[in-house]
Amino acid sequence: MLGMPDDIWVPIKLTIELATISTLSLLVVATPLAWWLARSKAWFKEAAATVISLPMVLPPTVLGFYLLIALGPDGPGGAIASLWGARTLAFTFSGLVIGSIISSMPFVVQPIRNAFAAVGDRPLEVASTLRASPTRAFWTVALPLASPGLLTGAVLGFAHTVGEFGVILMIGGNIPGRTRVMSTAIFDFVETMRWREANLLAGGMVAFAFAVILAMILLEKRFTRAGA
Amino acid sequence: MTASHAIRAEFRGTIGKFALDAGFTAPAKGVTALFGPSGCGKTTVLRCIAGLLRINGVCEIDGEVWQDENGAFLPTYKRPLGYVFQEASLFQHLSVRRNLLFGAPRHDRSGIKGGIVFDEVVELLGINRLLDRSPRNLSGGERQRVAIGRALLSQPKLLLMDEPLSALDRATKNEILPFLERLRDHLNLPVVYITHDIAEVERLADQMVLMEKGHVIGAGPLEELQSDPSLPLAAARDAAVSFEGVVQASDEAYSLVTLKIRGGSLTAPAPPAPVGERRRIRVIAGDVSLTREAPGPSSILNVLPARVVSMKPVDSNEIIVVVALGADGDGARLLARVTRKSSEALGLSEGVGVYAQVKAVALAPGRGELG
Amino acid sequence: MKLTALATAFVAFLTSLAAPADADVTHVAVAANFTEPAKEIAALFKQKTGHEAVLIFGASGAFYTQITHSAPFEVFLSADSERPKMAVDNGFAVPDSRFTYAIGKLVLWSRVVDVTNGEAALKAGNFQKLSIANPVAAPYGTAAVETMKALGVYDALQPKIVQGNSIAQAFQFVDTRNAELGFVALSQLHAVTEGTRWEVPANLFSPIRQDAVLLRTGANSEASKAFLAFLKGPEAQAIIEQFGYALP
Repeated sequence: MLGMPDDIWVPIKLTIELATISTLSLLVVATPLAWWLARSKAWFKEAAATVISLPMVLPPTVLGFYLLIALGPDGPGGAIASLWGARTLAFTFSGLVIGSIISSMPFVVQPIRNAFAAVGDRPLEVASTLRASPTRAFWTVALPLASPGLLTGAVLGFAHTVGEFGVILMIGGNIPGRTRVMSTAIFDFVETMRWREANLLAGGMVAFAFAVILAMILLEKRFTRAGA
Repeated sequence: MTASHAIRAEFRGTIGKFALDAGFTAPAKGVTALFGPSGCGKTTVLRCIAGLLRINGVCEIDGEVWQDENGAFLPTYKRPLGYVFQEASLFQHLSVRRNLLFGAPRHDRSGIKGGIVFDEVVELLGINRLLDRSPRNLSGGERQRVAIGRALLSQPKLLLMDEPLSALDRATKNEILPFLERLRDHLNLPVVYITHDIAEVERLADQMVLMEKGHVIGAGPLEELQSDPSLPLAAARDAAVSFEGVVQASDEAYSLVTLKIRGGSLTAPAPPAPVGERRRIRVIAGDVSLTREAPGPSSILNVLPARVVSMKPVDSNEIIVVVALGADGDGARLLARVTRKSSEALGLSEGVGVYAQVKAVALAPGRGELG
Repeated sequence: MKLTALATAFVAFLTSLAAPADADVTHVAVAANFTEPAKEIAALFKQKTGHEAVLIFGASGAFYTQITHSAPFEVFLSADSERPKMAVDNGFAVPDSRFTYAIGKLVLWSRVVDVTNGEAALKAGNFQKLSIANPVAAPYGTAAVETMKALGVYDALQPKIVQGNSIAQAFQFVDTRNAELGFVALSQLHAVTEGTRWEVPANLFSPIRQDAVLLRTGANSEASKAFLAFLKGPEAQAIIEQFGYALP
């Protein structure tokens, strides 16, 4: 594909698939969570926010270790996997998605939470005086006004998943075509001293990260200027 | 609970350190002004009526119970109300047109008798050329007009306005007031209007609810409250009364208009006005002086017989005298601010007949003068 | 007053850092799989000779990279024989100081399936996942692949293979039962009683020679040379065997 040998192209394709699916799933999970964090007055709210942020500070090996147990036959993952006759969610693409979601969650929740908080109470009060139920107000007022934050969260989540190494290493099993993503492929190339391939992939990742972050900065500028 | 009281609101509770214990009734049509100094609880009451704030109380609109003492509470989005905030608060992500239509019912009920029609509202508020603009490109006055239109197009049964003109400069205020007057005249809708500017009350309101420190200290027609010496209005430095008069005659040569009021007539400098036109008149207490006998020729145009109704000292050396016009003292009430010395010298007391000399009369602009 | 005490302590700390390397201390980079036996050997070494061996545990690949970038190790105990050979060839280690200190024993282990007869279990294939160390990263992984090929089951089992990036991770996959069974080092099962195991016959795979070498940085270090000598001696060898390795 694209003139690249399989052992380079397949990890790239897998990485993009993983990042895309993880990011979309993250948006679905993180948005209501961020909404709750932005607006709730529950006493345990900040404790919950801290738990969600833990993956940012925990070493990936720690995170990966607990994920391994959680995804396996001794944890909920095993129970779910048994529904289709498997024993574990580790070593599967779905397992990687779950791992990516957990490890990238803080990077997605934070900007969305900030965006919802910035919306404030007023637009929603206005909406309620205009016959909008809380649900309608969320979809037609809060979400559109917070959309720059969602975009930032999506970009960060995507970029973080692409770069995720430690967690994937712990639960992936490095299966070609299934869980051998770019980061683990680079690891292999380095171990076998195939510097050319390693540089190719690594260089590509650096270029990608640069493009993503630059795009995000420029987009944010454009959005905040327009919304001021 | 008479039928004429379409709005009944009573709230009792504490929010933080603020204690609210206020209740009032208001009629089914016309503007009721909620007036008082900053921090007296006006906005709190309005938010309670809207359901944006929930404290113990009762709220009934035109027979519909929005809140009662037994725990019933209709959430804001189910209340057919319109709310105009102090700072327009237009939705930044929608155009003016879509802002206007945000609360409008899906099925066009504007055709129903009494329903509010889009084109009418746009015309009434003069926002036709703004329809496809973004809220970001509007001036403060334009934004507020759109906000009012948006509230109206949700087909409310009650319109709540929280100091809608406070955030605007004087020129813009004067630009919008006529629009509000037109709305009041055209729409069959009760309005509760918060302001701390007595001029807005005088121009727009029929009834007034006076608040202070979380309590209602007076409620009723504006005239009554203004001339009630026990209320802070009468004792204010710029105390005035305002009431309606009917144009009797115009004197083009001298640019004067004479209006008939209860208990007499007043002449004021104004461009010619059609006979029969109703106009609002304002007389400041400091512009009224009193004599015991009919004065001789004087430069003051308006000298009317009246009777002293009540007197109240203000400051250390002045007295507010409330006089009712007409030989029997049955007419409109005026305030006169006199020195204690003069009052004693003239032997003023309740029931005494006097002549009120009104040095200046202010007339609100007539229909022909409105934009 | 408090400030003076603090300053004094700080100066003492700095001084201790600047102290010249004690000739009685040696820094040993130890392959992770040899952690437990290394600790015991070091303790005995200190007891017998008075020299101190400071142990640093990690992956042999990472160690090699660090050594080529002036890491402060004096002795290198690798998990394979390639890296010590490369160290000598590339001038980072003292020639003729390289020797095999242990030979790894490959074991098939499971907490789920009965692998007492490992060959039969592998041929039957009644499992979903088989864990091995990544062959490019660990010799135990290479050995596992060789074993499966020798038994003629590699092609059939290949779709079921999952790789841990190290032998420790391969062990973890089996220990958490995410993989029903896996090829691990016998030394890892030293304190383990659960499950069933099959020691893979040595003729099925190339020997996993774990070599030690004296690094150039330790060329003149008495403690370093003494440690390597002790490693070859009978007391160390007894410990090595005890932990499930074979002796050269």
